[in-house]
Amino acid sequence: MDAIKITNLTKKYDNLIAVNKINLTIKKGEIFGLLGPNGAGKTTTLMMLSTLLKPTSGIAIVNGFNVLTQAAKVRESIGMVFQDPSSDDTLTGYENLKLHALMYDVPIHTINQKIDNVLALVNLKSRKNDVVKKYSGGMRRRMELARALLHHPEILFLDEPTLGLDPQTREHIWKYIKNLAKKMNMTIILTTHYMEEAEKLCDRIAIIDDGKIIALNTPDNLKHSMGGDVVILEGKNLHIGKMRKLSFVKKIQKNKNHVRITVINSAKNLQKLLCAAGEVKSVDVHSPDLNDVFLHYTGKAIREEEGSEIERIRDFARVSQNR
Amino acid sequence: MNIGKIAKGIYALWYREFKVFLRERSRIISSLFLPLFWYFIFGEGVGSIATVSGNYNYFIFPGFLAMTIIFSALFNGAYIVYDKKVDFLKEVLVTPLSRTTIFVGKVLGGMTDCLLQAFILLVIGIFLGIPFTLLSVPLSIVMLFFLAVGLVSLGLIIGAFMESPEGYGLVASFVVYPIFLLSGALYPLDNLPAWLKAITFINPATFAVDGLRNAIIHTSSFSFIVDLGIVLGFDVLLIIAGAWAFNKMKL
Repeated sequence: MDAIKITNLTKKYDNLIAVNKINLTIKKGEIFGLLGPNGAGKTTTLMMLSTLLKPTSGIAIVNGFNVLTQAAKVRESIGMVFQDPSSDDTLTGYENLKLHALMYDVPIHTINQKIDNVLALVNLKSRKNDVVKKYSGGMRRRMELARALLHHPEILFLDEPTLGLDPQTREHIWKYIKNLAKKMNMTIILTTHYMEEAEKLCDRIAIIDDGKIIALNTPDNLKHSMGGDVVILEGKNLHIGKMRKLSFVKKIQKNKNHVRITVINSAKNLQKLLCAAGEVKSVDVHSPDLNDVFLHYTGKAIREEEGSEIERIRDFARVSQNR
Repeated sequence: MNIGKIAKGIYALWYREFKVFLRERSRIISSLFLPLFWYFIFGEGVGSIATVSGNYNYFIFPGFLAMTIIFSALFNGAYIVYDKKVDFLKEVLVTPLSRTTIFVGKVLGGMTDCLLQAFILLVIGIFLGIPFTLLSVPLSIVMLFFLAVGLVSLGLIIGAFMESPEGYGLVASFVVYPIFLLSGALYPLDNLPAWLKAITFINPATFAVDGLRNAIIHTSSFSFIVDLGIVLGFDVLLIIAGAWAFNKMKL
């Protein structure tokens, strides 16, 4: 049985299609990533899969249950870590976890043991009796991750699990997530707009933009699917037409200050490319990463939409206002 | 879903409200101060010109018990709006519990807060020399319990539809003040113009205050059982409406 099977899933708001006829099958035990810029429809998809939002049309089967007709069964099967803090910060970590265990009908005599186990998994056991207000952003995220595991869900949803966290904490959380998938054989579905996160964690990735899945494969295959290396040329009056005629050039994208070219076997062909290009000021050659893949399929950089100062400030504000 | 699961869920939601309540001391203190403040200042001030049979301070004490419940019960609904602002509400809604169960847990949690505050006021009443009889305290508690259940439900209904705490505050104050001022807590309702008097009859607090006055100073318009029955009727309606509102609630 598949962990998740989605057919033509759609969510429409008044004049906006947030999720547009998505089809997707996720296998048991897989770490699956939904990668895309903010507003691409990732969170909306997770909200529909977790029964918090009703789809406008289409079918979603989670752990064998239909999200529309068997919502309670679906909710019993899943654990969720939300994008924004979702614990009560006047309660201690232990109390937040106990609350969760009770709501999920974890047998009472096992609750304390289980809380200790999951807190040990995220290195928070020594802080369990501190109120959550005193936790750092990363600790709180780890606590909420532990909480989602308390009831041993079949499927774990993580919505932007490292949003607004510093790089070091981010690495820690990745380690915990990987560990989990291995130890508990859990199916994990996460959304992210961090390329590195998707690449390091996920078995398979769906690239999602404007509510549609535009590519779906393993990180390696996605990179190979571009069919070449990335060459970025900077210069005046480059001969685009001439380059386009070269047999080893797969794709050319013109930007304001530079040209991005997908080149087969760049080591061998770079010389010829440069000859055709004209007056080149600088050259950058690299094997494709997921950002290149995203650019390749959508024509825009994911980083442009997440990397701006304002966005980072907003992310920070969102996390800190809830402390 | 079996009874055990539902009971545990309700207990969990109650447990949270109760813990938070105990930890936020400033809330308890301010909620007690307000009625006492009114009791002394309003009681002395208006008492000097009011014409009620007997001591005016004794007359308004039951009103202030109801006031504690009215204000804290309707203020309680703001918490669900705060929960919406952070993702705590989603964490609760994504559990296997039904929306109705969640509503009941919230009502019981809010009701406990209100009742504890009213109970402390009752104890203070002993020191104020309010002429309690043996039955006064248990009857008052029963009445306050049912008033709290109804009004906490009302607060949660408003909260279910509001997006921002500011918006909640605005709407709630439109509800709180008519309920309080037209409950007979501060003055007898007999001399009100007919149209205002009509409004007092769709106010559960009117009957609760009447019942409390019956229990504490033994003057009232209706018998205690009638008052209690009417408050109970309001409760049933508000609980049904609340369960409906929670099932409709969007994130």
